[in-house]
Amino acid sequence: MNSLSRRRFLKITGATFGAAVAVSSLSEVVKGAEKVEVKTGKKVKGIQKIPTYCDICFWKCGAIAYLKDGELWKIEGNPDDPLSEGRLCPRGTGGIGAHFDDSRLKAPLIRKGPRGSEEFVQVTWDEALNYIAEKMKKIKSDFGPEAMVLFSHGVGGNFLKHLMHAYGTPNDTAPSFAQCRGPREVGFELTFGDVIGSPERTDLRNSKCIVLIGSHLGENMHNTQVQEFSEAIEKGATIITVDPRFSVAAGKAKYYLPIKPGTDMALLLAWMNVLVTEELYNKKFIEKYAYGFEQFQYEIAQYTPEWAYIETTIDPEVIRETAREMARYMPATLIHPGRHTSWYGDDAQRSRAIALLNALMGNWGKKGGFYNPTSVNIPKYPYPAYPKSEKGAADNPNHKYPFAEGEKLSTGLREATLTEKPYPIKGWFVYGTNLTQALPNTQETINAIQKLDLMVVCDVVPSEIAGYADVVLPESVYVERYDDLNNPLFREGFVSLRQPVVDSPNDQKPNWWIAKKLADKLGLQEYFPWKDVEEYLDTRLRSAGLSLPQLKEKGVIRAPKGKIYFDEDEEIEFYTSTGKVEFYSHKLKDAGFDPIPKYTKPEEPPAGYFRLLFGRSPVHTFSKTQSNRFLSGLMDENEVWLNYDIAKRMGIKNGDYIKLKNQDGIVSNKVKVKATERIRTDCVYMVHGFGQRSKMYRQTFNKGASDSQLITKYKMDPLMGGTGMNVNFVTIDWEA
Amino acid sequence: MARYGMVIDTKKCVGCQDCVIACEAENNVPEGFCRDWITTESSGKFPTIEMEIRTERCNHCTDAPCVSCCPTGASHYHDVGGVVLVTHGECIGCKACIASCPYDARYVHPEGYVDKCTFCIHRVENGKDPACVSVCPTHCMYFGDLDDPSSKVSQLLKSRKNHSLIPEAGTKPNIYYLT
Ligand code: SF4
Repeated sequence: MNSLSRRRFLKITGATFGAAVAVSSLSEVVKGAEKVEVKTGKKVKGIQKIPTYCDICFWKCGAIAYLKDGELWKIEGNPDDPLSEGRLCPRGTGGIGAHFDDSRLKAPLIRKGPRGSEEFVQVTWDEALNYIAEKMKKIKSDFGPEAMVLFSHGVGGNFLKHLMHAYGTPNDTAPSFAQCRGPREVGFELTFGDVIGSPERTDLRNSKCIVLIGSHLGENMHNTQVQEFSEAIEKGATIITVDPRFSVAAGKAKYYLPIKPGTDMALLLAWMNVLVTEELYNKKFIEKYAYGFEQFQYEIAQYTPEWAYIETTIDPEVIRETAREMARYMPATLIHPGRHTSWYGDDAQRSRAIALLNALMGNWGKKGGFYNPTSVNIPKYPYPAYPKSEKGAADNPNHKYPFAEGEKLSTGLREATLTEKPYPIKGWFVYGTNLTQALPNTQETINAIQKLDLMVVCDVVPSEIAGYADVVLPESVYVERYDDLNNPLFREGFVSLRQPVVDSPNDQKPNWWIAKKLADKLGLQEYFPWKDVEEYLDTRLRSAGLSLPQLKEKGVIRAPKGKIYFDEDEEIEFYTSTGKVEFYSHKLKDAGFDPIPKYTKPEEPPAGYFRLLFGRSPVHTFSKTQSNRFLSGLMDENEVWLNYDIAKRMGIKNGDYIKLKNQDGIVSNKVKVKATERIRTDCVYMVHGFGQRSKMYRQTFNKGASDSQLITKYKMDPLMGGTGMNVNFVTIDWEA
Repeated sequence: MARYGMVIDTKKCVGCQDCVIACEAENNVPEGFCRDWITTESSGKFPTIEMEIRTERCNHCTDAPCVSCCPTGASHYHDVGGVVLVTHGECIGCKACIASCPYDARYVHPEGYVDKCTFCIHRVENGKDPACVSVCPTHCMYFGDLDDPSSKVSQLLKSRKNHSLIPEAGTKPNIYYLT
């Protein structure tokens, strides 16, 4: 979030719980009861329910864990939680499997073989943390605190982030920006002066026309999104799905546009061309709020549907018809901004085109478009100020990527580690993110690691990246630990709690404990003044007029619902430099970029090659759920989708195993073929997260193929440093 | 008497398999088995594809061959809602019912008896929906009394196009799919 959105954030977080606590009622009384009787130390007989929130992905759905005779039985959605509304996604329902997973890390480990050899000795927590603290002290004295980097993903990283900032490094990052939603946030910020955020501010529930271009909702199971998508379908919304693959969402669509991969921009421009030339756009909104509309109108005139047909292979009449369909329902038409948007290297501009198309609908702050998210203010813990870094962050030297503001570039920090520019990086602390699969070009990641003096991985399973660590720290899974509060911007303000439901089976520890212990050993006690996490949480909650015991019982406390749409004639303030929706961007122009988005042709696959596309499965999250028995029971390997006719021509049958080879000669694991009519002939598709090569992670070893392994090439987004990853081509490796 | 059944809206189902996992957890289904599953049926040539995704399970047939062929009476109609159940203690594991079921809804539990979907009768008798229905993030499943014309399931069947599976087997299945 840059300064502009921060300003906006402060403005909208003025709300407080007020009467919320009194009005918030539970449909069923949920008790955070003791699971072990204090007097006898025995497990409590019968059924108990304890509210918490899910961590199988980052969506943070409110859940209720059920214990039967003191043992974890099942997890359901918490009906009082506005994210889950009482229903979890399959991964959340299967969350119990994370606790029972026997491939979990069980004790701290210190490396004894070379990095990547996966040879470790088991040590005590004290030994592990002493080792880390000594190295961190040495790194600080030899190179300065900035030489440490934290890679983390999810709310569990909060206490470690705090530790790293207290230590003095500004280099804390997550792949969720440059490898995921960064381009989208930058594209929208440049256009509307505000980001989309997570959970997305999309009012899917009330949309009358939903356009999915690069979103595979239904396979992507971000719970609230899927629930609302389904609600819109029930209410009869028109769905327009654009995808090279006949996705699940394509099956729900009135219009399915089987676009040639990499040409979304051409379609977006052509849609806008139709809306502008046929004068179908929201004139009232545009007259009032658009900046640079005339130049835009002038430029867009060249992008006719006939022109776009050549690029996209989409029938010009279908382009016209779908544009008219969008106009019919505006402002309750939503062109979904997507989430994973780092594809072709021009992604921020692509997202900007999506933002402009939405602007033509006039749907900002409108029902069925983008609502105005709200939140309640839970003050931060009153910590002492962090030491100021002299050198600043290393991810984006000289602002090479001028619009990578606020969040750090994970690939930028990898680059800094490899090149020692702008200064040497000597230690990585990796929390809950399997960098070998999350970052493109695994070899670069491995090369960077080889340059380090300290490499720490904290995770729940022995992920591939753990194999490269000097020290591996086994973390308790979410049902065994507290984490920081969940207090997002959403349709309504609320706060929810993650709390332990069962004990960790072995010597795993929660991240807050690890951070605090490490702080002690680093002499940073003043930054961890609380006795334990309960005291921390209670302090934060009390400063908002709530308390930990209250939240332990309810799991979620909601504030009264506020206004999330603008009134009909309400003046809208946009936090762009012109105060308007920027169809023409001076910021971009001044930085040397196209002020109005333009189309760049994607590179064509060489003969005999297919473009490699990847996506999500409803039963897995990244590469971290493949050993959960409930989830792997439904999918324990991925498949490569290959067009049926192509497969037939090549003599490949459905269910055959093949290997893929990419343009750089990298060969994948064996992977099962899904020969299907549901994909174009010029691309192949697989679900991300498989083909893992950690021998320590037995259940997943070599099952399916890894898209990441084949993504040796990536294209940098010159605006914000995103890594476009859909630029790799693969062929069938017949020698295999 | 009530006739329990399900109506499943295939327009909303995304095939996420939450119903499958919810059932496994709720009913402690042994690893490697399931009482419900997802079928995706697609036809046509790219890009003109017709696709139906649906969640399937025992159809709790009114004329259930698994009940009539059971030599011990273990397979029976429950007195509430006509739900087809198996009394584990009476099952000798002869598998006649497995052979007779047109829906392949049954399996042999590692403990030796035949097992399958119960419509979560233990939940239903306590006023709750079956686990699969209650967990579905798309709200695509409805459970209720098909003989009660005012029930949601009956209303849906009246107002929407629908089909059952393999009706020609003549077993009178009680699960319907809205299209
Ligand atoms: S979307 Fe699913 S996995 Fe993610 S938090 Fe919600 S229930 Fe858990």
